Amino acid sequence: MSHTVAEKILQAHTDEEITGAGQIVNCRVSLVLANDITAPLAIKSFKGMAASKVFDKDKVALVCDHFTPNKDIDSAEQVKGVREFAREMGITHYYEGGNVGVEHALLPELGLVGPRDIVVGADSHTCTYGGLGAFATGMGSTDIAGAMALGETWFKVPPTIRVEYTGTLEPFVGAKDLILHLIGRIGVSGALYRALEFCGPVIDGLSIEGRMTMANMAIEAGGKVGLFPADEKTLAYCAAAGRHGDKPLKADPGAVYEQDISLSVSGMPPQVACPHLPENVRPVDELGDLRLDQVVIGSCTNGRIEDMREAAAILKGRKADKNVRLIVLPATPRIWRQAMDEGLFDIFMDAGAVVGPPTCGPCLGGHMGILAGGERCLATTNRNFRGRMGSLQSEVYLSSPAVAAASAVAGVIFNPAKL
Amino acid sequence: MLVNGNAHKVGAHIDTDAIIPARFLVTTDAEVLGANCMEGLTPGWVGRVKKNDILVAEENFGCGSSREHAPIAILGAGIPVVVAKSFARIFYRNGFNMGLVLLEVGDDIEKLRDGDELEVDTDAGRIRNKTTGVEIICAKVPPFMQELLDAGGLVPYVKKRLADMR
Repeated sequence: MSHTVAEKILQAHTDEEITGAGQIVNCRVSLVLANDITAPLAIKSFKGMAASKVFDKDKVALVCDHFTPNKDIDSAEQVKGVREFAREMGITHYYEGGNVGVEHALLPELGLVGPRDIVVGADSHTCTYGGLGAFATGMGSTDIAGAMALGETWFKVPPTIRVEYTGTLEPFVGAKDLILHLIGRIGVSGALYRALEFCGPVIDGLSIEGRMTMANMAIEAGGKVGLFPADEKTLAYCAAAGRHGDKPLKADPGAVYEQDISLSVSGMPPQVACPHLPENVRPVDELGDLRLDQVVIGSCTNGRIEDMREAAAILKGRKADKNVRLIVLPATPRIWRQAMDEGLFDIFMDAGAVVGPPTCGPCLGGHMGILAGGERCLATTNRNFRGRMGSLQSEVYLSSPAVAAASAVAGVIFNPAKL
Repeated sequence: MLVNGNAHKVGAHIDTDAIIPARFLVTTDAEVLGANCMEGLTPGWVGRVKKNDILVAEENFGCGSSREHAPIAILGAGIPVVVAKSFARIFYRNGFNMGLVLLEVGDDIEKLRDGDELEVDTDAGRIRNKTTGVEIICAKVPPFMQELLDAGGLVPYVKKRLADMR
């Protein structure tokens, strides 16, 4: 039978025959992930299950990236508990301190995720690895505890929405704009319980980092996974990350899709999501004069080296507006060093930016850039729910690194093409 | 289980940051989380809730992050049942795993208003609106998930499987 990408991956991890959407199957998992917020609950459930060891100490990743470097005593206590559990279980992939990065930027660069893998993570943006052709999805801590103990979990086979992108991208328009545009069109529950499968010439032309930016936000449309085919670019990325034996992956001809969406991107301007939902998407030029207090460039969506370069290309020789706090957070230590070696930090600092350590920090209103009442922030992150970055009376807008950098300079939300 | 309580109705796309903002995620304690339930929606919201009251929501309830603290906060606030037009998928799994009863009713959600007095029969999947006299039958839980519920949730289910493997 012909399978979608989602069905194909699930089939590779189960002995049951996948016959179509709606079926519930048990699948073996390739990697199980939790972070400093979700691991404490997972450990509680793991003990409640009377589990004495993890199914494979090389296939569990614990990444303390949200409130780290620990923002207060309570978060330090939580991380301490995770650290002790990692030690007790002999977990190979435990990260905090100098080796930690934002989990969804870190695991791909370490070669821990790749095509045909099933990855479950106690973090909703686990779907990022769909950019590499992995069936990767977020779950709660107790589901993750079960997967840590058993090495398998259950899935309802999702119907798939295929999204084809055609046309030619305008300058300063990229992956973030493509995914924001889609969410604007289908809404925050437009892909609820569904798999998104991306294809078309624009997708073929995207870098792996760009594909991960898009897959990252599948959850913002309610999607279970955001899947890309694995092509030569994917294999080259995975080989460079130290993986061996990955093979190309694409949907079978004749696979059944619940819905087909075709989007032409020619002439599409940069996109911005307005408060307080990622579906409130508008072309940047229609926003008028929106003064900014803060701009954040980083996160699991846009904290990779290409994002740093995109921001630096615009900030070079320019200064952030005096009323804007510009915060740049490269997402992993490797990206941090690379940005430093390429001289990007000189550009950021000359522009008046604060360059911080890799952390999820401000994205979820944790620390390192919290908003006061009445403040407005433009961020390259993935969520703009009310109060997400601080006060319930603050506002968060979402954009690409190019728009964020141009807006930091202009002091208002601004189209980089007009700078 | 028979639950009698008043409906507290919220809108569409209530995200987990609204249910329990990230600043409270430095604990896993149900009582502390419960005391701050919906603090990201309306500060002080939990003050209006009595034990066994019922949360009623429009579509896509629980969207956003995977934090299991969200169903724990709702339970901690004394709410044993959420009735929604639809649920976000991670929240749906989390609710079941935590023992929070989730009932999906689609467009029938319009028959439940803020403040209505409800009686919910969670086993039969039936909601009686005592204020209006209207009755709603909910979508059935998939058999596999019912099996998990019958086992007492995912924790006892995995515990039993691990014991069987030994």
